[in-house]
Amino acid sequence: MTEPDPELLNVAPGEPHDNMLSETVSYIVGLGLALLLTGISFWVASTSTLWGPGVATGLVVLAIAQMGVHLVFFLHITSGPDNTNNVLALAFGVLIVFLVMIGTIWIMAHMNANMAPTPEMMNLMTQRG
Amino acid sequence: MTTASEAPAVGLTHQASENTGLGHRGPQSKSIVVPYGFWLFVLSDMVLFSALFATYASLVHATDGGPVTSQLFERTTVAIETLALLTSSFICGLAMIAAKQKNMLWTQIALLLTGLFGFVFLVLELTEFAGMIAIGAGPQRSAFLSSFFTLVGCHGAHVTCGLLWIGTMMAQIWAKGFQPHIMRRLLCLSVFWHALDIIWVAIFTIVYLIGTLP
Repeated sequence: MTEPDPELLNVAPGEPHDNMLSETVSYIVGLGLALLLTGISFWVASTSTLWGPGVATGLVVLAIAQMGVHLVFFLHITSGPDNTNNVLALAFGVLIVFLVMIGTIWIMAHMNANMAPTPEMMNLMTQRG
Repeated sequence: MTTASEAPAVGLTHQASENTGLGHRGPQSKSIVVPYGFWLFVLSDMVLFSALFATYASLVHATDGGPVTSQLFERTTVAIETLALLTSSFICGLAMIAAKQKNMLWTQIALLLTGLFGFVFLVLELTEFAGMIAIGAGPQRSAFLSSFFTLVGCHGAHVTCGLLWIGTMMAQIWAKGFQPHIMRRLLCLSVFWHALDIIWVAIFTIVYLIGTLP
């Protein structure tokens, strides 16, 4: 067995396949899925099919699914061995994104809930009452 | 070890790679390393946006008696913006395919269309901003609006940079042809452009759709 081509061991993010047909099919499938998920998102937001308080969660799930579609079909991030570097970098990025977002929202919501009203706010409340 | 005397560079060939710490075959080629580095940049850009999203989510109800989300956002506009950016992202992929085939005409046409759809998106967004500012819902009105303009405006600024970059790449491909370093830049551009669409998915969901729920 000959030495494998080093180029085959890793692949750059977004690098198109060598096969033009499979590449085009990948983009068309990606576009179709993205359109479908976008359509469902707008539809879910404007009907009462889903249980009211669950709609926001449903929309977030749909958005995450669509991001996955973009990553796989447009950016060609796969689970293949030639993609390990890209996936690990992505995993780290996603970790930080979730830490920042969930951490901030959690802490700020609790601070808002636990904050004692300031004198000005008390004043406003008295005026309104 | 018979060919060790032919090794051209210190420690960078596979004959001497056992003690380089650079893997079995030494460093990757530039066509891998450059887009990978750019991928790291794009991911850190997403971390930047996550901070803006967190700010927005914390301040979305801090309207100071001013307009709230459901009074300001128009779903039809957002749907058109979303379609424009998604189409743009798709055609950017087609441009990459045409460039890989070294087809000058179709690469230029696809890049032009990519830019045009991106431009449509930008015009719609700026019209929306101008309309909001005109009714007194500018960034200085409330904490909610400050965070809204920062988040969505930052995405718009990225799209603007992307448009300039698309124009530059069209000129460079025209002038220099499909050389390896031009192809690397084009690949980075497509990664950037697809990433902007991913961020827009989060924006239209979190800001516009959830903001206009009944």
